[in-house]
Amino acid sequence: MSGFALSDFALVTGLGAGTQANFAALREGRSALAPCRFDALPLDAYTAEVPELDALPLTGEWAAFDCRNNRLAAFAMAQDGFLDIVAAAKSRYGAARIGVFLGTSTSGILQTETAYCNRAPDGQLPTSFDYGRTHNTYALGHFVRDYLGLHGPAFVVSTACAATSKVFASAARMIAAGLCDAAIVGGADTLCATTLFGFHALGVMAEGPCRPFDAARNGISIGEAAGFALLERAGPQHGSEIIMLLGTGESSDAYHMSSPHPEGAGARRAMELALAEAKLKPSDIGYINLHGTATLAGDAAEDCAISNLFGNRVPCSSSKGFTGHTLGASGVVGAAFCALALRHGFLPGSPHTQNVDPNFRGNYLRTGKVARITRAMSNAFGFGGVNCSLVLGLAT
Amino acid sequence: MMRVYVEGIGLFGPGLDGWAQSVPVLAGATAYNPAPANVPASSLLPGAERRRAPQTVKLALAAGTEAFAASGRNPAATATVFTSSGGDGQTIHDILTALAAPPRELSPTRFHNSVHNAAAGYWSIATGATLASTSLCAHDDSFAAGLLEAMAQVASTGDAVALIAYDVPYPAPLFAVRPVGAVFGVALVLCMQATATSFARIELTLTPGVAKPTNAAPGLEELRQSTPAARCLPLLEVLAKAASKEITLSYFGDMGLRLNVTPCPPI
Repeated sequence: MSGFALSDFALVTGLGAGTQANFAALREGRSALAPCRFDALPLDAYTAEVPELDALPLTGEWAAFDCRNNRLAAFAMAQDGFLDIVAAAKSRYGAARIGVFLGTSTSGILQTETAYCNRAPDGQLPTSFDYGRTHNTYALGHFVRDYLGLHGPAFVVSTACAATSKVFASAARMIAAGLCDAAIVGGADTLCATTLFGFHALGVMAEGPCRPFDAARNGISIGEAAGFALLERAGPQHGSEIIMLLGTGESSDAYHMSSPHPEGAGARRAMELALAEAKLKPSDIGYINLHGTATLAGDAAEDCAISNLFGNRVPCSSSKGFTGHTLGASGVVGAAFCALALRHGFLPGSPHTQNVDPNFRGNYLRTGKVARITRAMSNAFGFGGVNCSLVLGLAT
Repeated sequence: MMRVYVEGIGLFGPGLDGWAQSVPVLAGATAYNPAPANVPASSLLPGAERRRAPQTVKLALAAGTEAFAASGRNPAATATVFTSSGGDGQTIHDILTALAAPPRELSPTRFHNSVHNAAAGYWSIATGATLASTSLCAHDDSFAAGLLEAMAQVASTGDAVALIAYDVPYPAPLFAVRPVGAVFGVALVLCMQATATSFARIELTLTPGVAKPTNAAPGLEELRQSTPAARCLPLLEVLAKAASKEITLSYFGDMGLRLNVTPCPPI
């Protein structure tokens, strides 16, 4: 792979709306995690909620798409000059030459959860419920593509927590194959009972805020987030400050539906493939944004994979202590945080992590650190044993 | 334009009990009898996994198994693209029902089976496939999206890719708001160059603007319309007839995939 330029990211997480608000929180080491108010869980779970969503219904011609996930997508698209970036791309390439490749794990399933609580006496769902535009996995793609007025190829990738990383790989392939000239990449995942109660059922939900890579880590905290960027072939117009997508690596564990391979074999292969595509050595990477969800097994496997591949040199941290685990959106959040680290020369730390597991060998950053880097990696792994690593870098 | 060769096909749907048995029906040589789909239990899954796997997973594995057997290719060393118009309806219904009333307790197995990429996960575990695997959704146009992604992957890596598309009807009350018509699973093993098992070439062009889709034969057209994964039927008919033909798949009502299909002898 060579020469894919990324626009500025448009981003909303529990830390705030827009990349500036997010970067300020990373800089200050301020976590968005708070006791879960979203739903009544049978344990003291923390979540990172986007509080504005209740007051941002989709109305008018978009009313049929109204659900928490599409609201968050619209809120994110309104940040960071993204609508202007897309408008400029449309005038450059034409609406039919811009693809839309987005990721989500649960799309608007919250809408169906509510509909199931309001079934008629005969069992039917409320007539106002619009499955196709809210709950369906493609509803996010349908909404974003129509909202941006695009007519190029599109789909939603739903590979659990690796979804919004894999869309970068798909989009790069589509552009390389000449099927489009540019693509919207990213996606959204929002809080819902399905994931809150589901992860609780698996016994991997933390009491209190999650503590990635801590010796006393006890599971995940869930967050919600949406992020988008425009991917296109790099050209002289992009200048030397642009963030580039240099490589993507995809692999499968072939091990277990919801537990990682103990030595992180699949994770390591995804990182190796991303490095190979970027034509880089492990020592070229200046920072790794880890998947690091704070489960016992997941963090141990990832530490094993990174220390086997990178040794103990490369600074790395998980952002889950800031944003919670944003599930299908975690890939684009990780990519956006890598872009911020590259742009601002600041590597984020890891709030709530106090004592890094003494069995771990990686160079884990508990606190943020000023450092000029030119290449960064973002990891995302998901149920089904799906792994994806991205390498981002400065053009220079 | 992108080009691939077809090495193997797997097919299970109403009255379509495997690709080999379905060729005469799809070629128009025998009448179509839409009996309920008869999906064989996959020999790939160990007993415990076979019991835990939802119907979408069994369907996808059955189609994939037949396609790989025909291709002679090793599934452990082949990338995959799974595509479906929605998740496993029964699993989602069970979860939503459990969440709607106390005690709101979920089964951990049901939760991991609810992810859209459950079929891909079971496939990779069952076959030992460690290469890239993706799982897509594009509502009614999920087959077209999957074919586009699979062919772009073949073009980008030069390696074979298996496309596995599947749908299973949702139970009530979801069926009323999403009436997927039938159980339908199809798998195509696609590769860059003609091989000893390839028998047809597909050339794909993405066309802008409204595209009128090619219909299936009259007996099968209802299945094509009612079931998103069955949008591939016109392609399967051409492949079954070993004919040269151009067909069109619609893609979101504002694009089309033009497919030029040509039979070619194995090398």
